[in-house]
Parts: sequence; structure tokens; C-alpha cells
Amino acid sequence: MIEQLVIYPLITQMLLAIVLMFFWSRIRWQRVVSIFGSLINLGVAIWLFVTVWQGGTLSIQAGNWEAPFGITFVADTFAATLVLLTAIAGVAVSSFSAGSVIPARLKFGFFPIFHFLLLGLNGAFLTGDIFNLYVWFEIIIITSFVLLTIGGEKAQLEGAVKYFTLNILASIVFLTAIAVLYGLTGSLNMADLASKVAAVENRTLVQVNALLFLVGFGIKSALFPLYFWLPASYHTPPSAVSAIFGGLLTKVGVYALIRVFTLIFEVDPFLQNVLLAVAVLTLFSGAVGAIVQNNIRKIFSYLVICHIGYMIAGLGMMTEMAIAGAIFYLIHDIMVKTNLFMMSGVIYKIKANHNIRKLGDFYADHPKLSLLFAIPLFSLVGIPPLSGFWPKLSLISEGWFTENFIVIGAIIFASFITLVVIIKLWGEVFWKTGEKLPEVRNFPYFNKLTNIKKTQMLAPIILLSIVSLYLGFGAGNIQNLAERIAFELMDNQEYINTVLSK
Amino acid sequence: MKTIILRTASNYMLPLLLVFSVFILLRGHYLPGGGFVGGLIASIAFVLHAFANGLGDTRQLIRFHPGFLMPTGLTVSFLSGVSPIIFAGKPLMTGLWYPHHLPIVGNLGSALFFDIGVYLVVLGVTLTIIFTISESV
Repeated sequence: MIEQLVIYPLITQMLLAIVLMFFWSRIRWQRVVSIFGSLINLGVAIWLFVTVWQGGTLSIQAGNWEAPFGITFVADTFAATLVLLTAIAGVAVSSFSAGSVIPARLKFGFFPIFHFLLLGLNGAFLTGDIFNLYVWFEIIIITSFVLLTIGGEKAQLEGAVKYFTLNILASIVFLTAIAVLYGLTGSLNMADLASKVAAVENRTLVQVNALLFLVGFGIKSALFPLYFWLPASYHTPPSAVSAIFGGLLTKVGVYALIRVFTLIFEVDPFLQNVLLAVAVLTLFSGAVGAIVQNNIRKIFSYLVICHIGYMIAGLGMMTEMAIAGAIFYLIHDIMVKTNLFMMSGVIYKIKANHNIRKLGDFYADHPKLSLLFAIPLFSLVGIPPLSGFWPKLSLISEGWFTENFIVIGAIIFASFITLVVIIKLWGEVFWKTGEKLPEVRNFPYFNKLTNIKKTQMLAPIILLSIVSLYLGFGAGNIQNLAERIAFELMDNQEYINTVLSK
Repeated sequence: MKTIILRTASNYMLPLLLVFSVFILLRGHYLPGGGFVGGLIASIAFVLHAFANGLGDTRQLIRFHPGFLMPTGLTVSFLSGVSPIIFAGKPLMTGLWYPHHLPIVGNLGSALFFDIGVYLVVLGVTLTIIFTISESV
């Protein structure tokens, strides 16, 4: 039973979702089951991570069909790390939703759907089959669509339509790319594809195919010309939902890009230039977008886009150290973005407003909370020794070695603008003497909530802040991890051998 | 739609369609059919009954909320999926087969239980959707 470990994160999430469906209308039970279930899932994820860290890549063949024909699940260090991060974010957001999401929304199956979303995320990270990856992406889209629309407010539906249209388009492009790939090679197993794609004679078609994958995953990870769905939709649902979306959904796209372009396709100079150009433009447009916004969650939405650029820049430079930087940034970004959206949720519960022009006095009223919120905010900026600093260091130094000076410029520009945005946010929300906001009737204000709910909302922020601090102060360990992942990605022989069991 | 002809016919059609849906479900392992189509046919049986006799009668006939079938079906499928891990130490969804041939059913294996789960989920989803829509009309 131990050798089936790869599949256990999927099994726990699936089981959790099913159990929660039996408690459909008993919201109290759902809260308890979801939080404890997420903790169990975290335990499983840690177990998987430790096993992979000590023993190397694991794989199983679902249905016991031999590798290139059946569906493979693979846990290399990259996948195991992301499953672990998903589990940490899952615990945090599960607890945060228990505290913050109103019962009217929970009644429509919020928690079961949430765990189906986590199931989809885990599946996407663990699968070793490109078509299966598509299926997990579909699960992610459908569940995230439900989470976006639960509650049925007008703004939510408007955002959801944009979100769904562009994401379904991405799925179609992705599916077409898979079809072309299957036509070229006759295989869907990623490890098998690695050798078969290299042997295809029609290189032009392979290049076009690679670009199709780039467009498909590019929409999902909100890259430069294709990001408009993100700021249009992420500020509409409850903060708990925004937190899991901002933290993990776009990162699945980045994960898929990194996986596909290190394992299946060889990145030629043309593709490398495309990736770098897209990265620079993403950094630029996300940063400029963030600076003109006034809604807290819209600011964070644009920062999500902006910071995707760092990871794609790392991928585009295609050296081991640059990819290690991208991986480190990915790890840091998942924790910080989840935390920031939860933080915006707490601010909203306290002030009943999202507009930074109207907010103010936060530091005077809640000094301890402000200090807590400073941790994710300044980790995001990357003030040394906090976590955002170290990956940028690797990216910039690697940009220097590979002589991509424009990329360095864009990275510094984006970091600078992030700093400006966060300082503006800090000044407006925390330090400024704000106007007196009118009392909203029937609004569940933070200080009217029970102590349990307050704890449920603040504990995950504290948890993720501690993780962020560890990422900064224990940067050596994370750098080791990132370098090992980058090594495995660049030298993918271990992955291929484990899957095809040569 | 409450004509006497439809109402009389629906009383006979309900068991017939249900038997037919089980037939399609069992046929599905090697031939066209299976849990999904079977579930749709079974839901048509209840929808027809609802058209003829009104929603209240059909609800009384089923007794529990059809939405309850969704987690039940998922549980059946889920258990069939993980059973090889628990009983045989083989990967997820490996087919486990009862070694002897049974009459009508044929060879009994974990795949059948997976299909039964799908059947229940489809039945539950379809009935929930149609009942909700016809209630709000």
C-alpha cells in the first residue's frame, strides 16, 4: 500500500468532497470536516514530499496498464512540492472560508466544490499524461466557475462570464494542441513524448504545436496579451475564493508551461525569445495596471499577473539557475498571494469597503493586525531578507550571465513598481487618517463575529505569514529545494526512467 | 399534460424503462451502453412520471431527495476505484474480477460497481436539475 502513495493526495481530497456532499445542508459539520480533512491532507502531502525528497521520483500506473498506454501518476520533487504547497494553502483557505463566508453561500455546496477544486489541482500536479492533464484542467475550471458564481451577485456573474469564456477558449486551444501532438507521435504519456517529439522530422509543425501549448497555458496563467479575464473576475467572489484563485489557479498554468517546455519540447532560440518577450511585457503591463487601481483586490489581481512574469522570465532564460529562481518565486508567490487575498478579506470585514481612497486609520485602530499584515505585504515586495528577495536575486544574476539585459530591466522595473504600489497601499490603508465610513446595515462586521470565527480568519493568515518568514529566513533550504527541482527538470532522465520503468 | 392516456401509460412505462435502464447498464461493459446512458434512461422514467402525474406524486414515489443519489453514487464509484489498493495492493482502478461466471450479469468485476456509481450520479444530477427547473417554472 505504501507504493501507492502518489495517489493518496487525490484520494483524500476526493473522499473529503464526497463526505462533505453527504452533509450538504449541515453547514456546521461541513466547516469541521473541511478543516480537519484539510489537516489530514496536509499530513499526506508532507508524507509524500518527505518520501520523494529521500527516495527520488515515484510513479504508479492507474489501472495497472503499462506506461505508454495507461494513465501514469508521477511525483517528482516539483510535483510533490506543489502538492505540499496546495495542501498548506488548502488548510489556510478552508479555515478562512469557515470563518468568513456567509451561510447563504455555504448552503450551496461551497466546501464540497472547494475540495473538488483542490482535487483538480493535485491531479494536475501529479499526472504524467498530457490528456489527463487536460481533464484535471477541466475539473479546475468547472469547480472554479461554481465558486465564482455562488451567491449570484450581478458583479460575480459578469466576472464569471469573462472568466469562463476565456478559460474555455484556452481549453479548446490546449485540446487542439494535444490532438496535433497525438497525430505527430501517437502517444500521450509525457515521458514517452519526451523521446518521440525529438524524433519527429517535421520540425515546423512541432514548433507550431509548442506555440499552441504556449497560448493555451498562457491564457490560464494570465500572460501578457491574454490576461484580461483575471482582473475582471478575481475581485468579485468572496475573499476566500479569491485567495485560492490568486494563490493557485494561475500557478497551475505556470506549472504546466514549465513541465511541457522542459520535458516534452526542446526550447529553441525562437521560442526562448517569445517566452522572454512575453515575460517582459507581462511584468510591464501587470505593474502598470496595479499602480492605477484603487480597489485592494484589483491591485492584488494585477500584481498576480505582474509576478507571473518573473516565473516565465526564469523559464525563458532556460538555464538551471534561472529555472531554480522561477521555482523559488513560484513557491514564494503561492504562499504570499493566498495570504494577501485573505488579508484583504479581513480588511473588508472590518471596514466594509475595498477602496483604498476611502480606507484609512488601520494602523491606529488595529496595530497588531497591521504588523501581521506587513509580513505578506513586504514579503511580496521582496525587501531582504523576506522571501521575495531571494528568487529575484537568482533571476537577475542569471539574466546578467545570459546577457538578457532587457529582462533584468523589466524585473527591476516590476519590483520597483510593486514597491511603489505596496507603499501607496500601506500609506492609504494603514497610515492615512481616513474619512468616517458609513455603517452598512446587516453587514457581518469583524468585531460582531464570535471569537471562533475571528480565530478561523486570523489563524490561517498567521500560518501563511510564518511560512513566508521561513521562506525568507530559511532561504538556503528553499534554494536547495529549487535547485534540485531545476536539476531534475533539466536532466529529465530520472523522470522518464521512473515512468517507463527502464 | 395530465391526460388519462399519458397517465395510464406512464404507470406501465416507469417499471419498463427502469428495467431497460438496468439492462443498458449491464450491457455496457463490451457493447454500447453503460452507467451514463443507463442513468439517463432511468431519469427519463421518472421525468415521464412527473409529466403525467405532477411533481408531487413523483417526489412521493422516490421518497428521498434525488440529490442524495450524487454522493451515494460517488461513494460507490470511489470505493470501486480504491478497492484494488485496499484488497490487492494494486494501483488505483485496477480491475478486480470474481473468477466465476454468473448468470445474466456475466463476469462480476469492480468495473461494474464503477458503472453503477456513474448510473446513480447521473440519475441524481438529472433529476435534481429537472425537478428544480420545473419547480421554479
